[in-house]
Amino acid sequence: MKNYDIVIIGGGPAGLAAAAAAYEAGQRNILILERDTGLGGILNQCIHNGFGLHTFKEELTGPEYASRYIDRVMKYNIEYRLNTMVMEISADKVITAMNREDGLFQIQANAIILAMGCRERSRGALNIPGFRPAGIYSAGTAQRLVNIEGYMPGREVVILGSGDIGLIMARRMTLEGANVKVVAEILPFSGGLKRNIVQCLDDFGIPLKLSHTVVDIEGKERVTGVTIAAVDEHMKPIPGTEEHYSCDTLLLSVGLIPENELSRGMGVDLNRVTNGPVVNESLETSIPGVFAAGNVLHVHDLVDFVSEEAETAGRNAAAFVAAGCKDGELHEIPVTVEGGPRYTVPTTIDPKRASDKLTVRFRVGGVMKNRFVRVYFDDDCVVQRKRPVMAPGEMEEVHLTREMFDKHPDLGNITIKVEEE
Amino acid sequence: MYDIVVIGAGAVGCSVARFLSRYKANVCVVEKAEDVCCGTSKANSAIVHAGFDAAHGSLMAKYNLLGNLMFPDLAKELDFDFIQNGSLVVCMNEEDRPGLQKLYDNGIANGVKDLEIVEQDKLREMEPNISPKAVAALWAPTAGIVCPFSFTIAMAENANTNGVEFRFNTEITAIVHNGDHWTLQSKGGSIDTKYVVNAAGLYSDMFHNMVSEDKIHITPRRGDYCLLDRAVGDFLTHTIFQLPTKLGKGVLVSPTVHGNIIVGPTAIDIEDKEGTNTTSEGINELIEKAGNTVKDLPIRQVITSFAGLRAHEDHHEFILGEVKNAPGFIDCAGVESPGLTSSPAIGKAIAELLRDKMDLQPDPDFNGSRKGIVRPKELSMEERTELIRKNPAYGRIICRCESISEGELLDAIHRPLGAKSLDGIKRRTRAGMGRCQAGFCSPRTMEILAREWGVDQSEITKCGGDSKLILGTPKDREHKEEVERS
Repeated sequence: MKNYDIVIIGGGPAGLAAAAAAYEAGQRNILILERDTGLGGILNQCIHNGFGLHTFKEELTGPEYASRYIDRVMKYNIEYRLNTMVMEISADKVITAMNREDGLFQIQANAIILAMGCRERSRGALNIPGFRPAGIYSAGTAQRLVNIEGYMPGREVVILGSGDIGLIMARRMTLEGANVKVVAEILPFSGGLKRNIVQCLDDFGIPLKLSHTVVDIEGKERVTGVTIAAVDEHMKPIPGTEEHYSCDTLLLSVGLIPENELSRGMGVDLNRVTNGPVVNESLETSIPGVFAAGNVLHVHDLVDFVSEEAETAGRNAAAFVAAGCKDGELHEIPVTVEGGPRYTVPTTIDPKRASDKLTVRFRVGGVMKNRFVRVYFDDDCVVQRKRPVMAPGEMEEVHLTREMFDKHPDLGNITIKVEEE
Repeated sequence: MYDIVVIGAGAVGCSVARFLSRYKANVCVVEKAEDVCCGTSKANSAIVHAGFDAAHGSLMAKYNLLGNLMFPDLAKELDFDFIQNGSLVVCMNEEDRPGLQKLYDNGIANGVKDLEIVEQDKLREMEPNISPKAVAALWAPTAGIVCPFSFTIAMAENANTNGVEFRFNTEITAIVHNGDHWTLQSKGGSIDTKYVVNAAGLYSDMFHNMVSEDKIHITPRRGDYCLLDRAVGDFLTHTIFQLPTKLGKGVLVSPTVHGNIIVGPTAIDIEDKEGTNTTSEGINELIEKAGNTVKDLPIRQVITSFAGLRAHEDHHEFILGEVKNAPGFIDCAGVESPGLTSSPAIGKAIAELLRDKMDLQPDPDFNGSRKGIVRPKELSMEERTELIRKNPAYGRIICRCESISEGELLDAIHRPLGAKSLDGIKRRTRAGMGRCQAGFCSPRTMEILAREWGVDQSEITKCGGDSKLILGTPKDREHKEEVERS
């Protein structure tokens, strides 16, 4: 069995950034395992621009953004294997993987970084009633067909869900010659970025119907139409509000689910809110030496934050390997939330192991205006930020510094609160 | 001129064909869909019933028991997925106990072996997630679960290997008796045959009524189902039925042979023989009733919902045998639950009926065993590596959720009666049947289907007919306009 110090599961934006950062932190014995035919992950099919504004101060397309990290990985000569599916990971970090050349093989890792990304929620998970004809696609599948394979999955399109991929695909399908009739969103607000609503819907005159959902799908072979209805505050369709749209395609952009089947299989504790692993300040999961970053940890809005988070995981994995094992006794302080945040990443912080500037990310459960985000160390407010608007579609973050922890040597509880004044 | 034409390539039609293939005869199965197992056989509870439920003395009772007894050996012979997991009919109320006893007595009368009424303690030991309100249950260890696709496909493949012809996309529109033979009309031309087996499921009344004055009537009775993620597959080991009460019939909750949990069905009579649409009322009813017999069913783990149609005959009984005043026209009509369980026994009985009528001779070349698509998951690491060394396609995973490789897809395409569509691949290999419901694998599966059949991807369908998956290329309309302008 071959040994590697760090094995990274997934060669998308998170895996690439983690690998580069681990290398820069001094590690050399690194392997990236990627199931697709090339590195870059889902960015390869995101041919629109708008990536990298935070990191590179320029607007890149998905493939361009990915190539910045692929170039680094190539420059460092980091080993990677493509077309390689990880089948199983054991709790003691033995990875079983498979590809055409090597067959089924095992690798022993000293540290693992989980960077498998996420998948799209399907029609089935929502119990949308109706027939099951051809022409129902998740937005990402449609994106792959159009942008990579060069095929149009449909002509007359209705989109359910206003997640970012759905919004991007509304524009893409329109540009490629389809007629996007409406975007229905069951929630009273969009889960996508504001800029995508403006640039992908408003600019093309595509209506966005909030608090609406699909209540019927027609067509025995190919979709021939869908029925949309308004929903009440419990998200139940309101009789009498049905509207019929004839169409040949229904695209679904109804949520992303971190792909944690491997994590679950190895026994990593998962967070019920994010569906990602529970992690500490080092982005280390409940299994020492197993780290997680990117959409497998929690679904991000911008890839820039994926890269940033993954670099942190990469550095921490490198430190874990350098230290030989986890150092000393842990003093994990829970991070709790109040008044709006649904979760935080990380979930616990050991001040001794926190970096000089520690980022805590979270999302809120509803649209909130003119609020204060405050971090309390016990009863002491250490961070305060005014936020004119917060929405579930956009990730929030606060930064904790070494200085703050040093001032609170007997810290017992960290709370992130969203407060009106 | 065929000796025998079987109308319908569902579980019954394919079983008849497979048992007929033991004899020297020129047999053809005609099917209106593009593949086998496209009607009632593809959307049902996937249960091999023990046989305690059907009324004593009925054909349903007889063939249920016979079919149940055939499954264990057939599964080995034809290499399809079958597990004898046993079923429990749960009694939720002391006052309903007489009903449980009645079911037990009926089962004994029907000849069901090893039936037992189990009390609370044993019931909970057997099935820890049973509802705390359950007071007792009828345990039938001979009940099982089966993959209805791999069962029907195995029957069809074995029939085909032994010489039975299959004609797909062939919808029969009329049947005429021409003295000594029957002529079946279809869009593709007419087919002459000495004998006809009507295994047309929901349409079996239509064909019967074309040749007989004694009309029968089949009602499509819709059943909605939910399928839960394999992640919660260990929730149950037995198939759980609710004992019917005066408040109505419950729904079953059962593991599947592939480790999912299935919940269903509803029972809603409709008009449309193709009305396999789910409704929110149906799904809500399932969710409500499923919680009756088990506690904390993880219903949020649903990965898909679907509906199937039972071919419900007005008298709730199988109609099997030669139709009066229509010599050579054999009915297999009204086959609803326990139809799947009964199908191999019906197939065998109908084949033997025809053997006797036509004096068919055994075919010495008949080979009753069939190997299914290799299941790499069941191989050891060494065996799997060897498989990949011999054929690297087994090392490329196409369906991530179910870990299905390109090798399995290629086998599904190139074996007898191979897969032509996305659904054909799905039913043979499970690619696309997992938790992402084909989100990741469908573009790759389409690519492989197109390559192997030598057609453009835009020709590939979900399930034949007009179920096209691709409707053009980017900016093709613009290009067309440009060409027209110049």
